[in-house]
Amino acid sequence: MTEWRPPLALVGAWLALLGLLALTVTLAYVPLGAGNAVVALSIGTIKAVLVAAIFMELRKRHGLTLVFAAAGLFWLGILLWLGLMDFMTRT
Amino acid sequence: MPEPPAFASQFVSVPHRDHTAELGMWLFIATEVLLFGGLLLAYFVYRHAFPQSFAEGSRHTDILIGTINTAILLTSSFLVAWAVEVFSPATVRIVTWLLVGAACLGLVFIALKGIEYSGEYDERLVPGVDFQFGGPLANGVQLFFIFYFVATAIHAVHMLIGICLLLVLAIIGRRAPTTRHHAALHSAALYWHFVDVVWIFLFALIYLPGRASS
Repeated sequence: MTEWRPPLALVGAWLALLGLLALTVTLAYVPLGAGNAVVALSIGTIKAVLVAAIFMELRKRHGLTLVFAAAGLFWLGILLWLGLMDFMTRT
Repeated sequence: MPEPPAFASQFVSVPHRDHTAELGMWLFIATEVLLFGGLLLAYFVYRHAFPQSFAEGSRHTDILIGTINTAILLTSSFLVAWAVEVFSPATVRIVTWLLVGAACLGLVFIALKGIEYSGEYDERLVPGVDFQFGGPLANGVQLFFIFYFVATAIHAVHMLIGICLLLVLAIIGRRAPTTRHHAALHSAALYWHFVDVVWIFLFALIYLPGRASS
């Protein structure tokens, strides 16, 4: 019998992602004012980190692979930062 | 016919080939991040300019279908990660079924998206085709739905490409599960997970805002 079972980390990540989905939908109906957007994006970020670390195996990678994976986020950061600066600070 | 070598002459080993493929895939994903990044920038600018309209537009989206679709995508990502993890000549059958299962979940996602689009068409919420929305928020709501349709349609195209990739890999991996196929499957899996991550953020930006207020 060969090993076909999924590693526990994958199952754990999958269940955690579904749990976070239930949590974010529930919290969306709780009036938190501006906090609702913060909660939605924070939980979304946690879900994305879980997918990247476990499903995309970044937790097992180091060095150059992490640099390549982070490059997209770095450029996205520049795009959003410089792009939004004017709109967020205009009075 | 002679067996083709496991790796091309520019590589020194199979791990070297696979590492290069992985870096190339991450580079491609970086360009995809910026494609969706442009859309995100537009979203944040217009949400900042029309906060109430975006909350109102969001309340007109179908959060039930959105939530089910998110769960479907997360599950299909899990199946693909599972397939990559256990891939070997001895597990051909289970890997094939995992990939076919993931692709089928992708098709269910597309079908539900179609139902959602048709609901929005019936509610006359499709800018440029049939958009009727009364009141002072109409312009901002229209901007919201322009973002909604452009972003979800581009995402759906990515889904369709991913579904084709998974099915092709399920078929060729079944014939000869070599390390080359594992490397190809690994690259396709990275793409599929990335499309999943994009949806995680689209879900948070499209379906969740404005639910607690009215």
